[in-house]
Formats: sequence, structure tokens, C-alpha cells
Amino acid sequence: MSMRVYIPRDAAAVAVGADEIAVAFEAVAAKRGIALEIVRTGSRGMCWLEPMVEVATTNGRVAFGPATVEDAASLFDAMMADGPHPLRLGIADELPWLKRQTRLTFKNCGVIDPRSIDDYKAHDGYKGLLRALSLGTDGILDDVTKSGLRGRGGAGFPTGIKWKTVAQTSADQKYIVCNADEGDSGTFADRMIMEGDPFVVIEGMTIAGVAVGATRGYIYIRSEYPHAIVAMNAAIKAARRAGFLGKSVGGSAHAFDMEVRVGAGAYVCGEETSLLESLEGRRGLVRAKPPLPAHQGLFGKPTVINNVLSFAAIPFILDGGAKAYSEFGVGRSRGTMPLQIAGNVKHGGLFEVAFGLTLGEIVDDIAGGTFTGRPVRAVQVGGPLGAYFPRALFDTPFDYEAFAARDGLIGHAGIVVFDDSVDMSKQARFAMEFCAIESCGKCTPCRIGSTRGVETIDKIRKGEQVAANIAVVEDLCNTMKFGSLCALGGFTPYPVMSALKHFPEDFGAPSRLQAAE
Amino acid sequence: MAAYEPWSAPKALQIIDELKSLEGPALPILHAMQEAFGYVPEPAIPMIAEALTLSRAEVHGVVTFYHDFRSEPAGKRVLKLCRAEACQAAGGDALAARAEAALGIPIGHTTADGRVTFEPIYCLGLCATAPSAMLDGRVVGRLNESRLDALVTEAKQ
Ligand SMILES: Cc1cc2nc3c(=O)[nH]c(=O)nc-3n(C[C@H](O)[C@H](O)[C@H](O)COP(=O)(O)O)c2cc1C
Ligand code: SF4
Ligand code: FES
Repeated sequence: MSMRVYIPRDAAAVAVGADEIAVAFEAVAAKRGIALEIVRTGSRGMCWLEPMVEVATTNGRVAFGPATVEDAASLFDAMMADGPHPLRLGIADELPWLKRQTRLTFKNCGVIDPRSIDDYKAHDGYKGLLRALSLGTDGILDDVTKSGLRGRGGAGFPTGIKWKTVAQTSADQKYIVCNADEGDSGTFADRMIMEGDPFVVIEGMTIAGVAVGATRGYIYIRSEYPHAIVAMNAAIKAARRAGFLGKSVGGSAHAFDMEVRVGAGAYVCGEETSLLESLEGRRGLVRAKPPLPAHQGLFGKPTVINNVLSFAAIPFILDGGAKAYSEFGVGRSRGTMPLQIAGNVKHGGLFEVAFGLTLGEIVDDIAGGTFTGRPVRAVQVGGPLGAYFPRALFDTPFDYEAFAARDGLIGHAGIVVFDDSVDMSKQARFAMEFCAIESCGKCTPCRIGSTRGVETIDKIRKGEQVAANIAVVEDLCNTMKFGSLCALGGFTPYPVMSALKHFPEDFGAPSRLQAAE
Repeated sequence: MAAYEPWSAPKALQIIDELKSLEGPALPILHAMQEAFGYVPEPAIPMIAEALTLSRAEVHGVVTFYHDFRSEPAGKRVLKLCRAEACQAAGGDALAARAEAALGIPIGHTTADGRVTFEPIYCLGLCATAPSAMLDGRVVGRLNESRLDALVTEAKQ
């Protein structure tokens, strides 16, 4: 008798006991005398069900969760018998939360063994690269442009244009840099894909290298992600052994190799030029643009720098999927976005879907409201530089332009839900405080303005000269918005001003701003 | 819990020699120093500066710029509690206050007996199983009062 089970190795699953469950399963198997094969996968992204354990059956993989060590024996027996269990969820692929998604980038995440390049290849892995090798530069650039892919790191810049610029710049050395700094609170898609399907990131970077003529790549991973660092390092080694990295990529005339570099706890190093400074071994001071990294990037050489999810979208696009990709979405937001639903939610996790759902559908319907059961009051979209949305704006469709039109941003698609116990003046204060902590210090509005912002909001919170101090905060926000070199200082006003505008009662100023509208 | 070696110039030289031929070797070297010694000892700075033909001030500037690099050894255990928004939304503020009370120090400090360094961290990417923490290298999610208390007790041991 034998049994194969799948237990995530994803950090979020490990943080709630997945490793202990794997150990407990081994023990039960030994006791029952059954040969057990445990495959440590990534996460399917239904974080409220983690640790979610799946068993292979003739009808497909059957999921159980959230599992605890105490459940291990009864789960094991139910799995062996293909019988009922209170934690039995059903066939994993048929679970409604998964079925409603359009998984293009995350299709293998939680499914395959992230340590096995053979498993990756058995799930369409490296088909995109092989086709890219036959297409050459122009064909690749055509596909990337046609797909409509825009950078998933936050700014939404068209990826095809960026790659074309680097391809057209001649140099003795070019670089591919993957931005895996994922500093935005409420986001974890980069982490999940690195841990659950690292080869898709490597393949995307390799295709970029072939397209623009770059032979070296770096993936800069934040130090807060030790599991992702291990997973990427293991995958890079495996790709090298299999001949997909090295002097002759996939047997072609193209050379491309890459390595992991680890950040050191600076949020601003997610900003692309700061990241390049950091890779070069300096303080992460933001560079003035121009020159663009595409012209003078890492070590002054032409450099493609993209977010993890941008690279991870590429293999699907190059595997004949460019048109299909572009047919998803709305307006100028094409394709799918891996939403990350977090904070005080009933159903949190990763939900990949075409652009265009409304914020209300995401929060009320997909996330199922709060886990505290209290009403949703505010939703911060796009990380610490993103605006807070009140219920009144829940009709905003998830789309770059629609969010910008409402003084917000989708950023890296982190969605953090707060219930009605939230104090929005405290959240505004935190936005300023975070900016003060993380400012690279290059521009005065960001460095000094944020500290003044904290002090002034403290006065407001104490009820001191509320109207006058609100005016000071608005002034500071204006100065920061227009006088900052990068979006850390420039966008911190979004959470602050949105809190003031939509939740004035939390600042002891009931109607002032509403009246001004 | 990590066991660190006492400062040793030959060990530091060995680290530098192993890594200095990398492109952009400064951060890898500093990480390796911290992994070996638990912090970046002051005497390592002129050694790194010389090997990379930088000024001492430049190397010092790099060490102080990044939150990760320590100029002093930390406590025996390092407990990091996520203080970013998703964890705030899930009750993180109250947990931070509870941990401060249990440890008898404000966040950002080390207990007087040198056992625990308690630090804020801004997002561990575990935002859908919030609130989150990390004890040395181990991640812990879905914190509530009892899970936090157990973690603090473990850290203090
Ligand atoms: C303060 C700040 C932090 C940023 N953090 C990240 C990050 O963690 N990851 C990321 O991909 N982009 C981040 N960005 C955006 C990058 O500067 C850049 O736009 C992105 O890496 C480009 O890749 P993309 O076109 O694929 O999005 C940040 C920007 C700023 C201003
Ligand atoms: S806005 Fe802030 S983080 Fe950005 S360059 Fe200026 S000082 Fe640095
Ligand atoms: S905000 Fe705490 S883990 Fe992301």
C-alpha cells in the first residue's frame, strides 16, 4: 500500500504548521506500515485553509484543511480510505475559489514540485523559451508588446517598450535584473511564485536575456524572504544542471546565467535605481532619471529591470499566449493580475483574475468580508503608498487608470482590509512614519516632510488646533507630492490624503473636507 | 538559535577573499560577516574598505544605511514582529503592546539580560495569515494572544 500527499512548503503554510504536519504524516505512515510519498509544493493561495494537504486519488487531488498536527492520524486514515472527514474540502481543482480564477501566471503554483525541473517541464515548462529561441529578438518583442503586459511592480510601464529600448542599445554587456524586493505590506505574490514555481521566473528572465542580448541576470530578493531565497537558489542550480542556464541556453547559441542577491531590509531598495545602487554595493540612494536603467543601468550598462510577476507572465505569453493574454482585462489594463487579499479578511490569499472586477466584488464577495465579522470600513490598495478606499468607492474597477482617476493606485495589487475598529488618523500617521523610517534621505520634502507629518498628525490626534494642523498636513503632502524624486516621498500623500478626505471624522474634523468637495 | 563565532580577523579576511571577486561584492560580504559574527564588527570595516578600494566612510555608510546590518551583537534570540498594515488590520497593535509588556522593553530594544532582541519588521509576506512574526529564522503566522505568549516564552528561555 502506498499514498502520495502534497503538503505546501510555502512560508505562509509553514508559518501555520505545515512542516509539523509533514513530520506527523511520516510518523503515522510508519505506524500504519504504509509507503508515503510527500511532495512539498507551493501554496494554492487559499491561505485561510492552510495548511492544506492534498492526496492523489484516481479522481484527482483531494484537498483537506486547515490541518493541525492533532488531525494527522484521522486525516491520514480518511485519505487512505478516500472517505469522509470534517476537513475534507473536495477535489482541489474544483474548489470554487480556484475555479473562479484565471490562472495564467500561477497555474503551476501549489500544483508542481518546485524543486523538480522535470515536473516543471511536464507542466509546459520551458516551452516559452524554446519558442522564443526560434523567434529571435524581433519576434519575442512583438509577442511581449502584443500581450499588452505592463510592469507588475507598481508603475505599470509597458514591458515590451522597456525590452525594446534595451535591445536597441548596443553595449558589450547587458543585464537582466529581477526586482524581488516586494516591500509593499499586504503583498506576497512574488514570494509565492518564487517558492511555488521558481522556474517560471527563471524562464521569464532567460527569455528577456535572449530578447535583448543580455548574458547575466540578478534576482534581488529581500532578506525577509528566507524561504524564497532557498527555493530560487535551488532552482537556479537545477536549471544550470539541465542546461537551461549557462553558456548554451537550451542548446542554443545564447548564453545566460543568473544569481540571487539578498537585500538588507531597506524598503526603498525596491525602487529600481536604488536597487541597482544596492546591487553595486552602495547605499540605496535613488538615482535621478535620466539616464534610464534601460540605457545606463547596472554598472552603467543597459539593463532590463522588471518585477517578479512581469517575468513570470512571460513564459505563458511566449508559449503562443500573447493574444490570449491580451484578450483578458479592461481598457489599457490587459491580462491577469494576481490579487493579494490580506489583513482582516475571511478568505485571504492569492486570487489571479483578469483586470476589471470591482473593489466591492473583491472585498465582499471573494474575500467574504472580515474575519472578525465586523463591517469593512477601509481598504488600502497598493501597499504603504496606496490610498485608503471607503465603501463609497467600492464600485471602482480593478484597473490602473480607474484607480488613478480616484486618487489611488493598484501598485503590486495588495489589498488590505480593515474593519470598523480602525482609526484612520492612526493609519495616516503610520504612512508618514513609514516614509520617515524608510526615506533614502536624498530629498528634503520626503526626509523632513514625513517627520513633520508625524508630529502634526500627533497634534491633530490630541485635538490641538485641528483645522490649522490639517491644513499643515495638506501642505506637507503637496510639497512631498511635487518635490520628491521617487514615489516613496511622492506617493506617501495618497494614504494620508485619502484618510483625511474619506474619513475626516477620525481627525476630529467632521465636515470640513466633505464640504470642500 | 544561531551560534556565532567571536571576532577573528583571519576569518574576516577569508570571507572577503571568497567574495571580493563577485560583481558588487559589498552586500554579500556584509551579509557573510553578520552570518559569521552576528553583527558587522568595527575592525571589519577598514578591511572591507581596503579590499574593495573604498573609503572607510563609504563602507560605514553602507552598514548604517541598511536596517539589517548590526554594529553591535543582538540578543541571543531575535524576535521580529510585523508592524505593517495587514498585520495592523489583524490586531497587530495590541499584540505588539502585549509583547512589550511581557518582555519589559519597548520594541526596538534588547532585554537587560541580553536574551531577547525585539524588533519591528515591515511585512514578512504572510499578510493573509496575519499577524506574523519571525523568531530567529522561523516564521509564525495567525498570531493571537496565546500563540504570541508561547513565542515570547520560547524567546526568553
Ligand atoms: C519606494 C519604491 C518601492 C518600490 N518597490 C518595488 C518592489 O518591491 N518591487 C518591484 O517590483 N517594484 C518596486 N517599485 C517599482 C520599481 O521602481 C520599478 O518600477 C519596477 O521594478 C519596474 O518593474 P516592472 O516594470 O516590471 O513593474 C518600487 C518603487 C518605489 C518608488
Ligand atoms: S522621495 Fe524619499 S526615498 Fe525617494 S529619492 Fe527622495 S528622499 Fe529618497
Ligand atoms: S503586513 Fe505583516 S506580514 Fe505582510
